[in-house]
Amino acid sequence: MTSARQLPKLIGEPIKRREDPRLITGLATYVDDIKLPRMLHMSIVRSTHAHARLRRVDVSRARSAPGVALVLTGAEAKAWGEALPTASEVPEMKAATRYPLSADGVVRFVGEGIAAIVADDRYVARDAAELVDVEYEDLPVVVDARKAMAPGAPILHTDFGTNVCAIMPVGDKDATDAAFREADVTIKQWMVNHRLIPNAMEARGVVANYDPGQETLTVWSSTQVPHLLRTLLSTLVRMPEHKVRVIAPEVGGGFGSKIDVYAEDVLVPLASIHLQRPVKWIEDRTENFLATIHGRDIHAEIELAARRDGRLLGQRIRVVADIGAYQQLLTATIPSLTMLMFPGLYKVPTLYGEVTEVYTNKTPTDAYRGAGRPEATYFIERAMDILARKLGMDPAEVRRVNFIEKDSFPFQTTTGLVYDSGDYEPALDLALEKAGYADLRRRQQEMRSRGRYLGIGLSTYVEICGIGPSAIVPAGGWEGGTVRVERTGKVTVLTGTSPHGQGGETAFAQIVAEEIGVPIEDVTVIHGDTAQVPFGIGTFGSRAIAIGGTAIMMSVGKVKEKAKRFAGHMLEAGPADVVYDQGRLYVQGHADKALTIQEVAWAAWDGRHLPADTEPGLEATSYFEPSNCTFPFGAHVAVVEVDPDTGKVDLQRYISVDDCGKVINPMIVEGQIHGGLAQGIGQALMEEAVYDEDGQLLTGSLMDYNLPKADQLPSFELSRTETPTPVNPLGAKGVGEAGTIGSTPAIVNAVVDALAPFGVEHVDMMLRPEKIWRIMQGGRR
Amino acid sequence: MIPAQFDYEAPSSLDEVLRILGEHGDAKLLAGGHSLIPLMKLRLALPSLLVDLRRVQELRGIRRENGSLVIGGMTTHAEVARSADVASMAPALAQAARQIGDRQVRARGTIGGSVAHNDPAADLPAVMLALDASFALRSASGRRVVPASELFTGMLETAVRPDEVLTDVRIPAAPRSAYAKFANPASHYAIVGVAAAVDGQGGRIGVTGAAPVAFRATEAENALRGRSLTAEVISEAAARAYDGRDLLGDIHASAEYRAALIGVLTRRALESIAF
Repeated sequence: MTSARQLPKLIGEPIKRREDPRLITGLATYVDDIKLPRMLHMSIVRSTHAHARLRRVDVSRARSAPGVALVLTGAEAKAWGEALPTASEVPEMKAATRYPLSADGVVRFVGEGIAAIVADDRYVARDAAELVDVEYEDLPVVVDARKAMAPGAPILHTDFGTNVCAIMPVGDKDATDAAFREADVTIKQWMVNHRLIPNAMEARGVVANYDPGQETLTVWSSTQVPHLLRTLLSTLVRMPEHKVRVIAPEVGGGFGSKIDVYAEDVLVPLASIHLQRPVKWIEDRTENFLATIHGRDIHAEIELAARRDGRLLGQRIRVVADIGAYQQLLTATIPSLTMLMFPGLYKVPTLYGEVTEVYTNKTPTDAYRGAGRPEATYFIERAMDILARKLGMDPAEVRRVNFIEKDSFPFQTTTGLVYDSGDYEPALDLALEKAGYADLRRRQQEMRSRGRYLGIGLSTYVEICGIGPSAIVPAGGWEGGTVRVERTGKVTVLTGTSPHGQGGETAFAQIVAEEIGVPIEDVTVIHGDTAQVPFGIGTFGSRAIAIGGTAIMMSVGKVKEKAKRFAGHMLEAGPADVVYDQGRLYVQGHADKALTIQEVAWAAWDGRHLPADTEPGLEATSYFEPSNCTFPFGAHVAVVEVDPDTGKVDLQRYISVDDCGKVINPMIVEGQIHGGLAQGIGQALMEEAVYDEDGQLLTGSLMDYNLPKADQLPSFELSRTETPTPVNPLGAKGVGEAGTIGSTPAIVNAVVDALAPFGVEHVDMMLRPEKIWRIMQGGRR
Repeated sequence: MIPAQFDYEAPSSLDEVLRILGEHGDAKLLAGGHSLIPLMKLRLALPSLLVDLRRVQELRGIRRENGSLVIGGMTTHAEVARSADVASMAPALAQAARQIGDRQVRARGTIGGSVAHNDPAADLPAVMLALDASFALRSASGRRVVPASELFTGMLETAVRPDEVLTDVRIPAAPRSAYAKFANPASHYAIVGVAAAVDGQGGRIGVTGAAPVAFRATEAENALRGRSLTAEVISEAAARAYDGRDLLGDIHASAEYRAALIGVLTRRALESIAF
């Protein structure tokens, strides 16, 4: 035995996702698969009015219906539990709401809960909900943020006397004003980044089981943040935290919408505690459209000041965020992220901005894939195209002259962020090369002469991932991870992240198997159960690998050090002399007398021959607190053709170059980019939440709200550059949201480019065919 | 998304179906269920009894008869879409069937169910008008045949009576026919769909999605009469396809836009069958 054992390389390899066989064959356990003896079922009576005083909520007929165990109204909810808190009370916030568990006299959006019915089965519960008699006294409705700010607008929360809940100024007003005075050229554009509905494939669901013998509460919830939910639940249902266990079983997507703690997360446990029986609530798709948070709805006036050569001198941004009727967990934070990321990848000497957040009679908004960054990227990248056109420059060149140079990192922006690392020009060059940019421009000219309209759209982006240092995350920004080499040498990994589709079980196993030196089949990854996992924050903000992966890496390091101590003891050498080589431990120069990690693990747990001052066992837990966020970036090119007969946009090609730092699994990274692109392209071309003036959601089902489908998208052309982050030892930045962030401006820039002969400078999303058709009906200019 | 309580029967013969329909005033026939079941889940439809036609074998199948196609009411869109007879004798129907809903809808949805439901945005009513189809309707008291021109009476309304079953669809051969559709990308229903069929003498054009009920574009048909399908004739027919009637408007498409689409799709359908 002289040659080292060759284990397959894992980190950086496209290993198939180990989660997928169970997910695609129906063997996975979601919340709705939890079935407990004596379990009851909850149904929610929801407001059909957008703004109304509840004159009377008569539940007497529902209460006496056969099979009904409990009816919870606003009064019971208030008496038994606490209203939902917001974790993002920004300093400037004047008007933070507490979202009641069940409407407290007034309803403020269609879909707000009024009463909860608990009954023998879902059908009885739903039938009884029909028996609740609600008498509404309608109040005036406002569904537009700018109208809601105007004098005389209907006020949602009368205690505050205003719908404006926060105004946050950022930057240097005087310096920015001066920059605009001195500029050769300025541009100004009002832009709308419209409201979206997250639509996770699995809607929300909660099962709660209060055990009166043990006085414990177990809650299964389709959540991204089980530990955070447990801490909050202990307050909201008034039970001590150590008596509450939260389990996130299989979770079918979240896109940020399941970071929130919702009324049902509290009502279901309250009912279970009261009835001392398990209770289940499963959200249906209609409720999911109305009662789960929405995303975006961020509007802004964008201004750029530049020199004749394209160099930016200053930026102004006035953000108006239409946040809906209440503050959810992170509602107020999202628009401020838009502000923070507005400088983009550019050196801009000065910026001034204001964020105004406004209540309207719509579903509350909160984090949705990208959460603030897609909006920022859309605004700056649209503005750069407008600037390029005004200057007569190529859109690629106006970006290039403003890029932060690669030797300027770490780079502090005008909004106070410090970009960790970056090298923007190669990503842009690669995207242009892959697209065949010069050829496309020639083809565009040739087609225009034949009355066909090709558009080429470019966007470059920088975003913020690996969220983040605890100073900027309300619940803490660290992450926990445990690695335990079991007695037989198999490895159990516990992560505080809560994967819900990302493939974390595979990626973490790749890291651990390669680092410890065992076959990947010997590693299992456990997550999402507060009784099993020591502590964690959760999965959001593209943070799982960068922070959760690092916590696991730290534990791997500790386990290996301890294994060396055992091996040294067994080989009668000092630990410093032991080499750890792909799961084999030997004294330097004596590879032929190696112990395997399996042998060492057995000895470690056997405990009879311990090295001095060494505890038995081979396990370590670590908590990683990052020093900074990470800042991935990329360049995207979209190629579209617009049909002048119908205004339909045909997306012909999509080229993306994304740099997410070091990659653990390129197949998973591609999957994340694919999904992200679909959602960004979806926003630009297909998805829009539309309310009427009465506050009714007109796109309340998948028949009217178009989620992008595979046959509506081209085959994506993906490439990567790789610029590691110095913020964590893996060098990984994060990739969960990048596709969504880079893609909306690329699409809109392409369509505006196609419409250039019609004199179009800007078109707001979503680009419905009719909108484009109307522009083209105006004729060429 | 949880329906109210209802009774359910799944007889295996047409006679049994007709007997049950005759006895119950409030029964609803269940064909593919892709329109009815969602309405029931939203509690917009509350039938007390569902009579499932799936086990009635005599309502299925596609056959040729005296130069016509005869298609059983319970034949699925998928079966229609892959039938060689339909492709050669009524390409407009084959093209429409291929574009209905998605794969799951086509696997369950039926020609009879779609025609009898008469959704204003369904594809088939336009095709039936253009192909001059006729429908056999059976009840406990007898059988009658209704032509397409008389079947589609209003929004979600047809000449089919509550005690009748649409047993089969008869379509005279129309090898020069086509269907052009501008789909709602969310629902895959037609925002506008235009079916056209021509022969030596002229043609018929059916329009769906645009108005509360599918209609014939008679002005465009007049432009075709006695003329061959030159570019000029096609342009004229397209320009005359929208006849000024009130059209639907919604968040996906205004009435004005739908009017323009009628012309565009008429042109596209005719171009695909011009020599």
